[in-house]
Formats: sequence, C-alpha cells, structure tokens
Amino acid sequence: MMISNLELIPGKRISKHLGLVQGSTVRSKHVGRDFMAGLKNIFGGELKGYTELLQDAREEAVARMVEQASSIGANAVLNVRFSTSSITSGAAELFAYGSAVVME
Amino acid sequence: MSGIITFLVLLAFGYGFGQWFERSHYRSIREREQELKDLLIIQTKIIPPPFSSGHETFLVNGSVVISVDYFKQFVAGLRNVVGGRVTPYETLLDRARREAILRMKEEAKASGAGVILNVKYEMCSIYKGRRNSIGSVEALAYGTAFLPAKTMPGEH
Repeated sequence: MMISNLELIPGKRISKHLGLVQGSTVRSKHVGRDFMAGLKNIFGGELKGYTELLQDAREEAVARMVEQASSIGANAVLNVRFSTSSITSGAAELFAYGSAVVME
Repeated sequence: MSGIITFLVLLAFGYGFGQWFERSHYRSIREREQELKDLLIIQTKIIPPPFSSGHETFLVNGSVVISVDYFKQFVAGLRNVVGGRVTPYETLLDRARREAILRMKEEAKASGAGVILNVKYEMCSIYKGRRNSIGSVEALAYGTAFLPAKTMPGEH
C-alpha cells in the first residue's frame, strides 16, 4: 500500500478512483501523564509522553485508513491529510483521510 | 500570604527553567537545521520533472508536544488585558514547528531520502492548563519523501 500526500505517484498511472477513505482514533492520557503535564506546565519543555502517545495514535489512524482502503481493493492512498482536535481537556482525536485509488 | 509566596516561587521557577529550556532548545534547533539543510523541502504538489520517474515515495512525519511554563502563561494572561503581541507564545509555536520539521527531516534522512515534497503543518492545543488557557501545543509536519532515482539499465 502506497501512501502519499501528493496527487500522484511518479511513474505510475491511476487506473481507478475508489473514493474517500478515512481512519480515526480518540485517545486519552492516563493520570500519571496528566500529573507530569501539570508539572511541565510550570517548568516548560517537551512532553515526551504526549509526543509518543499522539504519534502512536496517528499510526493507528493511518492503519485504519489503510485497512479500509485495502478492503475496497485499492493499492494506494493519495492526497492524505492529517487532522488533530482536542475533544475535551483529557482526550484528542487523530484523524487521517485520503483518496483511495488503484494504480498500475 | 502563603498564596502569594507560592505564586512568586512558581513564577521564578517558571522563568528560570523555562528560559533555560528555551535557550538550549533553540541552540539544538539551529545546530540540527545546519546539519539537515541539504535535505531540501519543495513546496509543490506538482512533481518537478527531475523527480517524475523511477523514484520511490513514502509519507514522512514529525511531531512534538511542547508545554508552556508558568511565567509565559502569566505574561500571556497579562497580555490578554492590554492586547498586542504575545511574544512568549510566539517563540513557543516557532520552536514547536521547527522541531516538527527537523524530526520529519531526520526520519526522511534515516531512510535515505533526498527531497521532501508538499509539506503540511498541523497545530493543536492538547492540554488545557489553568483557567482553560493553552497548556501545551502539538505541532505536526508531514510530507512525501523521495528516494534517489534508481536508473534503469540502459537509461541515462
């Protein structure tokens, strides 16, 4: 499965468009991490725990998108976009979407 | 009385550590930007002719969550009263974006890519601090990395 945020892949031709595919996940952080974030809000600096958490979640969103794409017979997802929104102060939604295509 | 003392101590800690973190972060950002300046980012959706065939492409991304410190939050709170530039948050967002770009470039370089096309940014405030003010922001940068072309036998 090829994933790209361009509208085409060099040297390949799109033979069929299969429509929009998407994947999303809502993640919440645990109390320990929240406590550390509270501390960091005094001292500043990077929140490594959150960086990893969101990165993992984003990979999962992409995996779900890819799963949906392969279930409808696509072999590439083009023009992929990411979107993050914090739902409440405790959770964030990671969302990935793109256009599923069959390439030659 | 004890409330005021706690506040002043937090403010001092925030100022001291926050400034120190910021300065060392900026130093590391500048060093790595120098190291990675050969990995070009081309901001186009149309694939330029030299890359139009024989290249393998893949998505790369880099992200970072950076937290404000107590001092910045306090200054930003004051700024909310009089209005104008909120410099403490400007540097915070600048650091987050540049760090995200650097991590993306590092991932691309580790895979041997020579160029990244069509980079997009995404910002989101993750943790709401006191009085629901911004506590930390996430910056994400992503784009399509191109591996150097494999020239076919007989091709120039």
